[in-house]
Parts: sequence; structure tokens; C-alpha cells
Amino acid sequence: MNSLLRYAGLLLLMLPLVVAAKTGEKLFSEQCSSCHKVSDEQNDSLKYVWDRKGPDLSYAGNKYNAKWINGWLQSPQRIRPAGMFYANHIKATPDGDVIDETTFKPHVKLSAADAETLTQYLMTLKARSDLIKAGDYQVGTISQSMGEMLFDKFRGCLACHQIEPGYGGFSGPEVYTATIRLQEDFLVSFMRKPQAWDKRTLMPDKHLKEADLQKFVHYFHVLAETGDKQ
Amino acid sequence: MILRHWFSIGLLVLTGLPVMAAETSLGHDLYKTYCWQCHGMKGTGNGVNVPDMSVQPRDHTDTKEMSSRSDEELFKAIKEGGQAISKSVLMPPWGENLTDTEIHALVDYLRELCQCQHGGG
Repeated sequence: MNSLLRYAGLLLLMLPLVVAAKTGEKLFSEQCSSCHKVSDEQNDSLKYVWDRKGPDLSYAGNKYNAKWINGWLQSPQRIRPAGMFYANHIKATPDGDVIDETTFKPHVKLSAADAETLTQYLMTLKARSDLIKAGDYQVGTISQSMGEMLFDKFRGCLACHQIEPGYGGFSGPEVYTATIRLQEDFLVSFMRKPQAWDKRTLMPDKHLKEADLQKFVHYFHVLAETGDKQ
Repeated sequence: MILRHWFSIGLLVLTGLPVMAAETSLGHDLYKTYCWQCHGMKGTGNGVNVPDMSVQPRDHTDTKEMSSRSDEELFKAIKEGGQAISKSVLMPPWGENLTDTEIHALVDYLRELCQCQHGGG
């Protein structure tokens, strides 16, 4: 009898969480599902890449920092300067291809309450957990100049990614906010094997050394901290 | 007169065809997906990512440059990256993004863009 009561009590305690997850799922299907998928099916067709409007959220709980996603949903900003699939947002000019700003549509903006509910739901989505090793990233340091040397000169990542607003490539996501947005263990895992997360990601696998994976995340921390001071 | 007019249009179409790369091929679709960002929508090396690059990407319509490269070299550059053929690190290795069949399709498309073969115009 006692244990029955304990179970009932436990269920009552968990109820708000279950309700929040349910409401979050409903919110997702109403507001987000036309542009984001949460099913864990990998689609390797090029058309899928061309038509994709937003990132796959089936592993949101393994990827994002909850605090960041909550804030972002209330005040969304573009993270890839040329959009989710850059080819849909550029135009040719005599001076070369440029971003066509007229092609962008604003992302839906949520109230604080809805952002919190949706964040709770998104953080329960944990596809591909087998690729995440807790503690994969180990805190360390790197000087900004060494980090930039590694990122740009040695590995050429600046071609697609910006290391400060307006400096670097346009097709990939900005990296100066990477550690604010993303979990460190995810960053290490994604850079180690991008195609394991997303078969048709535009991110090439440069077969980075384990030590370099760590150094990149140290560097992203430096960039995020430098940006905070500016 | 009318006949001559139609003949001129026909000639224009026929002579115009070879200089237009096929826009529905697998090679074209892959090029749009992965290569436009640096090599540009027209393949001339003026992609959207270029302004802050230290090295201008290859102009794939440059017949002289492209005919100096063998298909094997182009395949290697795409699969293993620029450094594999002593070129820029800015050209990444696409070997994990693309299958060998897809890379061959890209090499074929590059030959359409440059309207050239190795060793010839």
C-alpha cells in the first residue's frame, strides 16, 4: 500500500513535465513542423537539401544549449548568413554572387512562456545519442592567434564560416557563437564525423586530429568571449 | 527569306548547345549543392563565400587552366581536397560527402563547364 502511494506521488510530481512535453509537442506541430523535422530518418537526396528550410531537430536535445534555444526562440536571428541552403538565397551579379536579402522570411517569434515550453520539448529529442560521449570535450585554452591560424590557414574553415560578424564565409553557420548555441560534446562529435549526424551536410570531413577537435572548441570559446567584450 | 531566317535560328541553336552545360544532370545538381558557394553560380570562381578568401577559387570556365588538369587530378582534388594536388587548403576534401560515382559526375560536369578535355582545348 505504501509503495503504491509512493508511485502515485511520483506520478503526480512528474505530471507537469509530461504535460509540458505534450504541450511542447503540440506547439511544435503547429508552429515548427512545416520547416523542421523531428523524425530520425536520414534523407540523402539532394532535393531534401534544397528544400530544407531549417535544421533537423530530431537530435536537438543532444545539440543545443537549452538556455540559448529558449532565448533564440523569443528573438530569432539568422545563424547562417546565406540561409539554411545558401543556393536558395544568392544571386549572380557582375561582381560575383551575393546574398539576395529579399529571399528571407522572418522566423516565427515565440512568447517567453511558449519558448520555455518548446525548449523543454526540444531538449527531450535525443536521436543519435550513440554519437555523444559525455565529457568528450575537455576544458582547455588556446590563444586567439593560434586558434585563427588553425581554423583559417591550416584547415581553411574560414572559407565557409564567420569568426566575427561580417568576416569569413557566408554559407556555413557563424562559429563565434558556436559554444553559446551548442553543447561542447556535440561540437566535438559533429566535427569528428559530420556525415554521421547528417548525410547531406555541406560540412566536409577534414579528418581532424582528436587534439585539433579540442582546440577548435577552445577557439570557439575564445571567439564567444571576445564577442561578449565588444 | 523565311527559310533563311529559320536556318539562322537553327544554326544558332545548334552552335549554342555545346556551350551550355546541362542544367538537369546529376553533375549540375551536385555542383549547385556543394560548389556554387565558392566557385559561383556561373562556375567562374566568384561564389558568395569569396570576398574574405585569401585565394580565388578556380574558374571552371577557364579552358586553358582546366585543360591542363587530367580527369584523375580533378577527381583527386574533389575527393581529397586542394592540398592533395598541391593547391589551396580552402578547397576541402569532399570524399565523405560524395560517392565516387558522384565525383565522376562532377568531373564530367566540369568538362562541360570548361568545354575542354585534358591536353586539348
